[in-house]
Amino acid sequence: MSRQSNRTTDSKKMNSELFTLTYGALVTQLCKDYENDEEVNKQLDKMGYNIGVRLIEDFLARSSVGRCHDFRETADVIAKVAFKMYLGITPSVTNWSPAGDEFSLILESNPLVDFVELPDNHSTLVYSNLLCGVLRGALEMVQMAVDVRFAQDTLRGDNVTEIRMKFIKRIEENLPVGDE
Amino acid sequence: MAIFSVYVVNKAGGLIYQYDNYVPRAEVEKTFSFPLDLVLKIHDEKVVVSFGQRDGIRVGHAVLSINGVDVNGKLFAIGSQLSPEVGSSGIEMLETDMFKLHCFQTLTGIKFIVLADPRQSGVDGLLRKIYEIYSDFALKNPFYSLEMPIRCELFDQNLKSALEIAEKAGTFGPGS
Repeated sequence: MSRQSNRTTDSKKMNSELFTLTYGALVTQLCKDYENDEEVNKQLDKMGYNIGVRLIEDFLARSSVGRCHDFRETADVIAKVAFKMYLGITPSVTNWSPAGDEFSLILESNPLVDFVELPDNHSTLVYSNLLCGVLRGALEMVQMAVDVRFAQDTLRGDNVTEIRMKFIKRIEENLPVGDE
Repeated sequence: MAIFSVYVVNKAGGLIYQYDNYVPRAEVEKTFSFPLDLVLKIHDEKVVVSFGQRDGIRVGHAVLSINGVDVNGKLFAIGSQLSPEVGSSGIEMLETDMFKLHCFQTLTGIKFIVLADPRQSGVDGLLRKIYEIYSDFALKNPFYSLEMPIRCELFDQNLKSALEIAEKAGTFGPGS
C-alpha cells in the first residue's frame, strides 16, 4: 500500500495497544452513557456501519479485487484480504450452510479484546459488535445485504470467536448501471 | 494544461465534485458544492456551455443538462444501452478530436470522470489515484457525509498535486 509523500511514509504502524485502549474507552463510555447492554450493542453496530461504508472504498482502492461472483468468493476475500489488511489476522471460513448462503468466520485472536474481561453485569454485551457493523456497512456498499452476528465470543466463555454471516439479498436499486 | 477537468459523480447520479483545470476564472473554478435543487440549474448551464465548444458530444451532454439530479446516471445508462456490446458497464472512454473523456466506475457506484488532452497517457493510473485520494481525504474525514458534495481542503490539494504529477509524467506533446 503506497501513501502520499506528505504523510509519514514509515510509521503506518501504530501501537496496537493504543488501538485496544481506544476501543475499550469507547465501549466503556457507551456503557456509562446508555446503561443498557442492548442499546450499546446497537450503537456499536451503527458506528461500525458508518466505518464500513467508508472503509470499503479504501479497501477497493488499495486492493485490486474485482467484483465477487458468489458468496464463497466474498467470504474468501473478507477473510484473507480484508481482515489481514485491517486487523492483521486471517480468520478461517467454515460452517457453510447447505444453501451456500451462510458461513462462519472463526477468529483465533481478536485485537479488539486483548486484555479485556467482561464483568458479570455486562453479560449480554457484544463487545466487538463494531466488527459486525463494519462488515454489514461495507457489503451494503457493494450491493449485498447481509446479516452479521457473533455466534461465539471468547469474552463470554467460548473457545473461539465466531462471526456468523448470512446473505440476505442483492440490493438492486442502487446497482451501478450495466452490472447484472 | 493536458488535463482539463475532473468530476466525481455519486451513486444517484449527482455531481459531488468538479475541478476545472483549463479555465483560470476563479468564480467558475470551484463551484462544486451545491444543494441538489436550485443552483444545479446554473451549474448545468455552465457544463453545457463548456461542452458546447466541443463537437460530437452534443447528444450526451444535452441529457446531462436536462436531468437535474440524475445527471451522469442518465449518461451512463444511455451509454450502456448504446454500446454494441451486450452487458456493457457504461462509458469508459469517450474520444473526440478536442479531448478524451475517461470514466472509472467503482464497485460502489461512484464515478470518476477525467477530461484530458487526447495525447495524455496514464489517465487510468490517474483515475485509480483519484479513487485513493477520495478514499483518504474525503471518506476518512468524519465530517464528510457520503454522497454529498465534497468540500475538503485536503482532497482539493492532493487532487491538484496528483494532476500535476500526471501531466508531467504523461503527455507526449512537443517540448516535453
